[in-house]
Amino acid sequence: MAYPYRHDREVRVLSDGFGDPAARTVGGWRARGGYEGLARALEMGRTAVVEAVKASGLRGRGGAGFPTGVKWSFMPSRTSGRPHYLLCNADESEPGTFKDREIIRWTPHQLIEGCLIGAYAIGAEHCYIYLRGEFFEATRVLAKALEEAYAEGLAGKDVLGSGTDIDVTLHVGAGAYICGEETGLMNSLEGRRGEPRIKPPFPAAAGAFGMPTTINNVETLAAVPHIVRHGGEWYRQWGTEKSPGTKLFCVSGHVSLPGNYELPLGFPMMDLIDDVCGGVRDGKALKAVIPGGSSVPIMSAEDCESCTLCYEGVEAVGSMLGCASVIVMDESADIVKQTRRMADFYAHESCGQCTPCREGTAWASRILRRIEEGRGKEEDLDTLLEISEQMTGTTICVLSDSLAAPIVSSIEKFRDEYLALVRRGERVGAA
Amino acid sequence: MMADNGRLPSDTVTLSIDGQDVTVPKGTSLLEAAASMGTVLPHYCWHPGLSAPAQCRICLVEVEGAPKLQPSCVTTAQDGQVVRTDSAEALKMREGVLEFYLVNHPLDCPICDMSGECKLQDYVFAEGREKGRGREPKRVFGRDDFGGDVLYYGDRCVMCTRCVRFMDEVARDSRLTVVERGSRAVIDTFFAEGLEGASFAGNVVDICPVGALVSKDFLHKARAWDLDHAPSVCPECSQGCNVELHVRDNLVQRLKPRENPEVNGHWMCDYGRARYEWMNQGGRLAAPAAGRSKDRRPAAWDEALEMLLAKLRTVGGADVKVVGSAGSSCEALAALAAVAEAAGSVSARVFRSRRAATEDVLPGFPLLARRRDLSPNAGGARALAFSRVGADDGTGGLDEVSAHEGVVLVMDDELADQDEAFGAAASLFVYLGTREPPTAAANADFVLPLAAFAEQEGAFVNVHGRVQRFWPGLRTPGESRPAWLVLGALLAALEGGDAAPDSCAQAFAEIVAARHEAFAGLSYDGLGTQGAMLASGASSPAGKTAVGAANGADPA
Repeated sequence: MAYPYRHDREVRVLSDGFGDPAARTVGGWRARGGYEGLARALEMGRTAVVEAVKASGLRGRGGAGFPTGVKWSFMPSRTSGRPHYLLCNADESEPGTFKDREIIRWTPHQLIEGCLIGAYAIGAEHCYIYLRGEFFEATRVLAKALEEAYAEGLAGKDVLGSGTDIDVTLHVGAGAYICGEETGLMNSLEGRRGEPRIKPPFPAAAGAFGMPTTINNVETLAAVPHIVRHGGEWYRQWGTEKSPGTKLFCVSGHVSLPGNYELPLGFPMMDLIDDVCGGVRDGKALKAVIPGGSSVPIMSAEDCESCTLCYEGVEAVGSMLGCASVIVMDESADIVKQTRRMADFYAHESCGQCTPCREGTAWASRILRRIEEGRGKEEDLDTLLEISEQMTGTTICVLSDSLAAPIVSSIEKFRDEYLALVRRGERVGAA
Repeated sequence: MMADNGRLPSDTVTLSIDGQDVTVPKGTSLLEAAASMGTVLPHYCWHPGLSAPAQCRICLVEVEGAPKLQPSCVTTAQDGQVVRTDSAEALKMREGVLEFYLVNHPLDCPICDMSGECKLQDYVFAEGREKGRGREPKRVFGRDDFGGDVLYYGDRCVMCTRCVRFMDEVARDSRLTVVERGSRAVIDTFFAEGLEGASFAGNVVDICPVGALVSKDFLHKARAWDLDHAPSVCPECSQGCNVELHVRDNLVQRLKPRENPEVNGHWMCDYGRARYEWMNQGGRLAAPAAGRSKDRRPAAWDEALEMLLAKLRTVGGADVKVVGSAGSSCEALAALAAVAEAAGSVSARVFRSRRAATEDVLPGFPLLARRRDLSPNAGGARALAFSRVGADDGTGGLDEVSAHEGVVLVMDDELADQDEAFGAAASLFVYLGTREPPTAAANADFVLPLAAFAEQEGAFVNVHGRVQRFWPGLRTPGESRPAWLVLGALLAALEGGDAAPDSCAQAFAEIVAARHEAFAGLSYDGLGTQGAMLASGASSPAGKTAVGAANGADPA
């Protein structure tokens, strides 16, 4: 079976063009019904587009799950004469996440169309797509698609003859996790250090360049053309009441068939692992799952049994759906090492503004390293828990909270593994 | 209806902080509101003269209804808000943040210049954990020469970015930045020259809350707790920045700016900051002396003044020429002028002063500049009817005085450019100063040793007509005395009136304010630590020239 892996239980709304080189071109995308949503949006008018997205119940796919239509309605009306901006957050850098990259690589026009509709809906004349610096192929593909869109009159002056001007600019970052945080992204876009800003003011009041701004994730905007084309109710045929629609699940780790799978929200976790992904690799036993990218609490195998993959379903077992980056670990995984590895990541990526994050992430990673090397003490676990508490809710953004969650959950759920190391120097799982 | 404080009720908000109601102007931050009732919350990144990035996270407080602790520096006080700065949660979190600060801090207090005035020390003592839990090795940056007078110890840095923001926002000369990120983040300069040649960079040392930025000049010179602080006014230009003299062993060790929103805000320039060594110079006049050149012999003050008084009486009605100094206090200048007027008819009343070619303005606080006029009291001299003579390098202009055949009084002008013929023809030549002129005092009938600037109190008038007091920081050497005391005694005897002033305040009241319209209504005590403006619209020519000086005009 060739990549991308497919499964019958998938619902391919966003991912239908994945693997089809023709879908990358403007002609191919139009043949699939592309840009019909844009034309429809321009007919419907701004308010109707926002209402349709509200009705669909689409929630932000960047991790927080905030209702997109509601977010759009926070934008002030265009009476003040100040420009409005739409930012597309394509700085996909959460460890375990690789859905936006695939959307851009295979269906760049899907994103461009979403950006144009989103910009139109919030009255923005300019959309910036902030693309992660390491996405070389995606950059090339998206840039080419953008040129096509301009050539076809889909972007730029007088979009589709509607009299509306919407420019789309591709901005490539320099490779910092923190620039995926919305206000850090704005600073980076403006040419400043990628450091999150204090809120308030919120982006809808003063965002990029100090102007009213809405920022949406790639997957969120990619879903918009479909919703506009088919209506909000159509989108609600999938998913749950609180989590409508489909979602790309990025499955990585110890499964037979890792990859991106588009599934209706509310899909059972064990079905994803055992059925869609072909089960845990080499027939080993499942040990743990990180369901939403590295910054959400880790789940034990037991937690997974009853878990359904929707915002409320994952919350019910004490974690978060995040951006649905499912990292699967089998019995050979060394939880302490995995946690330390994450701590290293956050320590490396902390912007360094806020003290609890700047010092706390680095300190935690060093303590974890010592434990991993067999030089830990039992009281180190208490220190780690306390540092984690001090890193939660004390900073401008949530980067340090994002490390605290895996530390606390791994100690709570896999304390035995930590204790085996600090008491007897025994490692659980492979090195 | 007006509220008690004269503001409209809507201008203020009333909130509760730690169970106590406090009313503050709208827009006040919680940190400032708490400070107004005496609760000073720990803070690093917040500084009253800079923007507030809320990144040090050490001023967190509990606000009722807020889901998490709020940084008090950027949280605006609201009507009816209930704030707790001392709740268990707030104290615990602040303790936690302090522990984070110590993870990589070298704790090299014994060799750190900031020790004793370090905010990390203060806060950890006040709110920190009894014992640290850090067992990991600390990261090491070492130290970095930032250029100019500034040295950076990265290991001690708390990354508050005050220095970066000062250069960006106040100096408007972005020479510092944060490089790298996370716990590898460190302050650095953009180019090799760093802060070299910047005019206001010394302020980054003042605002650094820890020992990360230190002065090369002050490095390892004194411990903070050994320094006495004397409020003063910078004597290096007519801006009159409010400063403190930091003194140890009767030597000025450094100058630090003292806040005055009307004059210098929180800042001062590097030009003034660097020039204090002269205050410590030896070679001072030790005792009064009488007699010209070879006949000169030391005399006790009583004896010298007695002889001088007798001489002044014998020359009664003579033509008097007076040379004052824009470095002398108003009390000294006014007393000198009064003595001259009592002794005869004054035909010249002049001073010389150095002027720079340009001003050096602090762009983010343009009220402050290193002014063209490089003396502290040219405004006072003009207001007291002295006029400026000579060139911009402070020389020349004294030919008439030098050859004068009547009485010549010289105070605080070292006559460095004058030769031994100065005053040869004078019927009486009195030299009052801190140091003997190389040659030009040879003909002086009396040489009287005065207390220097840092050894006495008094008032200067700055470029904007602001009268500001300074206080003594050093002990006076030998038998030197303040000019107002010496001249005040002479004046009392000459005028045969009241007793001589025995305090500078009395000298200010009786010799300055009572005799000069520009100073009318000002009281020495009323000047306080922040000063007061000269009488507005003072009609005397002196008042006009004071205004002219403010506009940078040079009457000379």
